[in-house]
Amino acid sequence: MSRDPASPARFAVGIDLGTTHCALSVVDVEASDGEDVAITAEPIPQTVSPGEVQTLPLLPSFVYLPHANELEPGATALPWSATPAQLVGELARARGAQTPTRLVSSAKSWLCHPGADRRAPILPPGAPEDVACISPLDASVFYLRHLRAAFDDARPDTPLHTQDVTITVPASFDPAARELTAEAARLAGIEQFTLLEEPQAAVYSWIASQAKWRDALHVNDVLLVVDVGGGTTDLSLIAVRDREGDLELHRVAVGEHILLGGDNMDLALAHVVKAKLAAEGKRLDLWQLRALTYACRVAKETLLAADDDGRDAVDAVPIVVPSRGSKLIGGSLRTELTLDEVRQVILEGFVPVVDAGARPATRARGALTELGLPYAQDAAVTRHLAAFLGRQVDATAGLEDFDSAQPEGATYLHPTAVLFNGGVLKAPALASRLLEVLGGWAEAEGGEPPRLLEGADLDRAVARGAAYYGYVRAGGGVRIRGGLAQSYYVGVESAMPAVPGLEPPVTALCVAPFGMEEGTEAAPAPHPLGLVVGEPVRFRFFGSPTRRDDEVGVTLEDWSDDELIELGAIEATLPEDGHARGEVVPVLLRSAVTEVGTLELTALPVSGDGKREWKVSLDVRDKG
Amino acid sequence: MANSNPSIFARFFLAIAAYFRVLFDGDFAASVVKLRAGALPADASPGAASERGVPPEPPSAPEPRVERAPADAAMQLLGLLQREGRFIDFLREDVSAYPDADIGAAARVVHEGCKRAIDEHFTLEPVRAEAEGSRVTLDRGFDARAIQLTGQVAGEPPFTGTLQHRGWRVREAKLPKLTETHDVTVLAPAEVEL
Repeated sequence: MSRDPASPARFAVGIDLGTTHCALSVVDVEASDGEDVAITAEPIPQTVSPGEVQTLPLLPSFVYLPHANELEPGATALPWSATPAQLVGELARARGAQTPTRLVSSAKSWLCHPGADRRAPILPPGAPEDVACISPLDASVFYLRHLRAAFDDARPDTPLHTQDVTITVPASFDPAARELTAEAARLAGIEQFTLLEEPQAAVYSWIASQAKWRDALHVNDVLLVVDVGGGTTDLSLIAVRDREGDLELHRVAVGEHILLGGDNMDLALAHVVKAKLAAEGKRLDLWQLRALTYACRVAKETLLAADDDGRDAVDAVPIVVPSRGSKLIGGSLRTELTLDEVRQVILEGFVPVVDAGARPATRARGALTELGLPYAQDAAVTRHLAAFLGRQVDATAGLEDFDSAQPEGATYLHPTAVLFNGGVLKAPALASRLLEVLGGWAEAEGGEPPRLLEGADLDRAVARGAAYYGYVRAGGGVRIRGGLAQSYYVGVESAMPAVPGLEPPVTALCVAPFGMEEGTEAAPAPHPLGLVVGEPVRFRFFGSPTRRDDEVGVTLEDWSDDELIELGAIEATLPEDGHARGEVVPVLLRSAVTEVGTLELTALPVSGDGKREWKVSLDVRDKG
Repeated sequence: MANSNPSIFARFFLAIAAYFRVLFDGDFAASVVKLRAGALPADASPGAASERGVPPEPPSAPEPRVERAPADAAMQLLGLLQREGRFIDFLREDVSAYPDADIGAAARVVHEGCKRAIDEHFTLEPVRAEAEGSRVTLDRGFDARAIQLTGQVAGEPPFTGTLQHRGWRVREAKLPKLTETHDVTVLAPAEVEL
């Protein structure tokens, strides 16, 4: 982004806009020199209980919409505002746990849900009538506003809008979700920012923390980044190649958006314990189930903390669900969670040993499903991983200056190195199970098991890496190249005589090629599309994570479900000026990737003077 | 000293601020001790002001006298222990009516929660780093507020004895900030489910 070179930003700020938590990290550019970088986590003041403000390392990504009589005026006062317009953070999370109908959570997952109108007040789903609902976009704006205010309050001389900000998004975010994140940042008053994929941020954080990272990562390595967060699992592949004597990192593939994470594991354990209590004739209400889920998370961390040598091993952890009333003794329920149960539920349920040909089970969804988040239907992370690596078997085949040591006849892309991210993978049992499965796949095809990149900070890596990225972006240093992780296509209905009962066949026209880099523009696709003047016209929109060689203008007649994935529709409206309403005007579509990291599609009239152009909206309101 | 007679209002806040600073700032406490003994602190410097939310103030201490402890911070702490660890619920119950297993189950809730609250808001360290049971020597001028002598207390320092308890000291305290309207006397609100 352009910036006055006379007054460079003092700080490179990384914002991890997470599904369950947000974090803020800062690089003091003036105090950093070369690879000696001063990165600090920025604590975030927030309301923790009515009238109490505490500075915590993370901001829980929750908005609570209180009833008018619920909180005293001033109970949510913050250091920078006596009456903040929204309640976000720890108190929002805690209140919402007791009153879920007023709680907005997982807004980020809604942001990339193409079936929902992401600008419409749809959250929380099923709220009572008196709740003033908000949109997924609003929620992101609220979190970013809070982070911005916290930063400005701590550093009034260097407000955030004058600093270099990097905001992370899941690698699996589609163009519309990235665009919405960028819009949220602008609405929150953040001006100079770039978007960065979370797995890449994890790699940057690892690089920043390892003085000798070049000894751990080699030319021709294929690095698999596995990021298991609270609510989502994000996968990326990064190739390491030699460019003019230095290592260059190239992100070659990203996985699908998988709504599966640590919270699912805690809930699964809670249900096991609940069933155990039910067998003893003890029933739990919703409040107790939440307390139980929390207790299960703590127990899970204790039970899975043992390393391969059996250090820190325990066989069972007592679980106590406190009574709700003031009678604590006698009213509390006591049981225990055993290592066997945790291994059965977590290891066998979420990271089972499967072979490389395994694929996630999918259930056919009902035609009219209730509007909700598309949670992963198969809880096995290893099966999602197998599907990803299998789909990406040729991901490095066409890459220049790269010679990966793939075994003969490999059925999936063999990674040679693995980097973990996300607090869930701090548990040695989970991490070693994932490595064991990857190693088993490699051996079955005569390959080498991948090695683990040590020393990653699994909790804070994303915000740290984002701040580091902002720093290297301004000053040089190692960069991960990537560009678009998919090629994009517009669906064009072919002109043919109508056949009753058959939908007209659709061809897919490539409008943006794979790997297109930030700050570049592609030539318009040479096939004109007809737009009706004065009316919004929609096109089907597709992405392909595997068709790497399609150039702009390529048309596909048919494709497999795995090859092209339908995204939300795109929409263009041509204003009436110079044309009659209802007239069909042929336009060309041109794509560009902005410096911020978002895809932009522009409609150019074929017969125009070249000056008129209209933006094509990637985020279309769904009217059901 | 320009303001030799601050108002009673100012003195009230000064007393609260001084209470915390004496509690958590060893250097300051030492100056107060000297002041009480009748000497003005020679090396008092404003640079010694800590970062614990205590407003920088002139390096003088209030008239030494027994002050009422600031109840607000104490009530806030009780509220935190109740919220995180059901502390008040536990203490207000009659434990004699229950078998040990039930008390043990409840104690886990209290222990886990109160530990979390204390760890969150206080940085604690032992006064003496040596293992309990080891022999320690106290030189002349040891801090009598941090070390209590027991047993055959006679003669002149240096004293040599056995460390029976390592002691605890707060290195840093950070309680949540309270808004003006907050009622600290409510340790736990009553809950009414609609």
